[in-house]
Amino acid sequence: MKVVTANMAGVVLRLMVSPGEQITSGQDVVCLESMKMEVNVNAMESGKIKEVKVGIGDFVNEGDVLIVLE
Amino acid sequence: MFNKILIANRGEIAVRILRACQELGIPAVTVYSEADVQAPHVLQAEESYLIGPPPVAQSYLNMHKILAVAKESGADAIHPGYGLLSENPEFVRACIQAGLTFIGPSPEAMVKMGEKTMARALMEKAGVPVVPGSEPLADLPEAQIAAETIGYPVMVKAAAGGGGIGMQVVNNPEELENAFQTCRSRAAAYFGNGSVYLEKFLEGPRHIELQILADHYGKTIHLNERECSIQRRHQKIIEEAPSPLLDEEMRRRMGEVAIRAAQAINYTNAGTVEFLVDKHRNFYFLEMNTRLQVEHPVTEMITGVDLVIAQIKIAAGEPLSINTLPPKGHSVECRICAEDPVTFFPAPGTIGDLELPSGPKLRIDCGVSAGYTVSPYYDPMVAKVITWGENRQQAIGAMVAALDKCKFNGIKTNIPVLKEILLHPRFREGAITTGFISENIVDSRKASLKK
Repeated sequence: MKVVTANMAGVVLRLMVSPGEQITSGQDVVCLESMKMEVNVNAMESGKIKEVKVGIGDFVNEGDVLIVLE
Repeated sequence: MFNKILIANRGEIAVRILRACQELGIPAVTVYSEADVQAPHVLQAEESYLIGPPPVAQSYLNMHKILAVAKESGADAIHPGYGLLSENPEFVRACIQAGLTFIGPSPEAMVKMGEKTMARALMEKAGVPVVPGSEPLADLPEAQIAAETIGYPVMVKAAAGGGGIGMQVVNNPEELENAFQTCRSRAAAYFGNGSVYLEKFLEGPRHIELQILADHYGKTIHLNERECSIQRRHQKIIEEAPSPLLDEEMRRRMGEVAIRAAQAINYTNAGTVEFLVDKHRNFYFLEMNTRLQVEHPVTEMITGVDLVIAQIKIAAGEPLSINTLPPKGHSVECRICAEDPVTFFPAPGTIGDLELPSGPKLRIDCGVSAGYTVSPYYDPMVAKVITWGENRQQAIGAMVAALDKCKFNGIKTNIPVLKEILLHPRFREGAITTGFISENIVDSRKASLKK
């Protein structure tokens, strides 16, 4: 299963993509905020989004799955 | 003197202020959010009040709630620490209206330094050197004349700009036309105003700041400089005093200018005048921080003056009893941040075991404890390690030894980066500029990653 995981612990600030969307490797998909700093999470692989596992305001830990690709 | 002081802050600085209150025998009350129930600034205080949920807007920035706690607890003064409400003139006015003493400058002085272009104009009028620049420029010939007057390299800047957008460095007359036109069209596109001006571009600048104390009776002194050039993302991480660059003569000149800057706005209490210093040792006013600084301990270590106690005494109406003191020995401070040492990303988490060394020349101001969860809601700084030595090399050596013994198990910290900097030959030589980390640490990492 191809997934996009959080690169740091923080709160989900913005979702830049939605299910069904085709994304490419390197694309920013989610913006996390932690300790007054915003960090974009980018996809490591290309694919079509099957599921977005988080919502705005959710707290995630480093390594948590944010997005599942088909 | 005050009957009770409310500390409107959190973390290590709240603990630091609490200690000053205890030394003066003044009861203190702290406030906390739901994320800080187990924080040292709450556990160490005899009296502490919950003021809201974790986000700062609902807790540590909630003026009305904080003022209500002051009233309920019987506090008659508020110490704001740094950050949060410390430079908010509206809060200062609200304190005064509620009959409380704000431990800091007047709201008028705060306003004058808060707006950067107004501060620049006021400082120029007071004879404080600011980075040389031009008025907004009508056309290219005007820009050419201005650039010759200022001297290359110059920076073309959007008059309405900010945050580095629409800024371009010009090294020689040939590059000016292109930069002038590009910057104008960008300024028009981004800010709806194509007006541009020139400013002298400072190569390899150092960030050096002067500590000021001023009482309510016209006495203003400086307590030497702090060198704060080691920054990443415009945040200082290692500070020291005195600066390896300054000699007695330059310290005297910068001190005089800093006092003039403070007096020009009738400044009272503790404040810091920040300067950029270029490679020709010219110094230019950058801004004034109208509050206590994070890095104040290095000044305390080389002067023996307790700045927080001085702040409280000044606010209580006592005249300043000390004069400018020459620096004694050398002090270094490292900011320990909960962040990934490789990516520099914030790394919140729960601290397991916490081990901190101690020693006669070592001070650790810590805002966390074993079992405490560093939350994503606040600043990543968890502690400050401060060392003293008879000279710079001794202070640095003591710092390396101290950092080796600090263990924040369970969270990632920037300690490996701090050590890398402290052991770098260029840092040891004192050859530091605000570009030090990007030039010597980040770039060398990229190079080794490519290998």
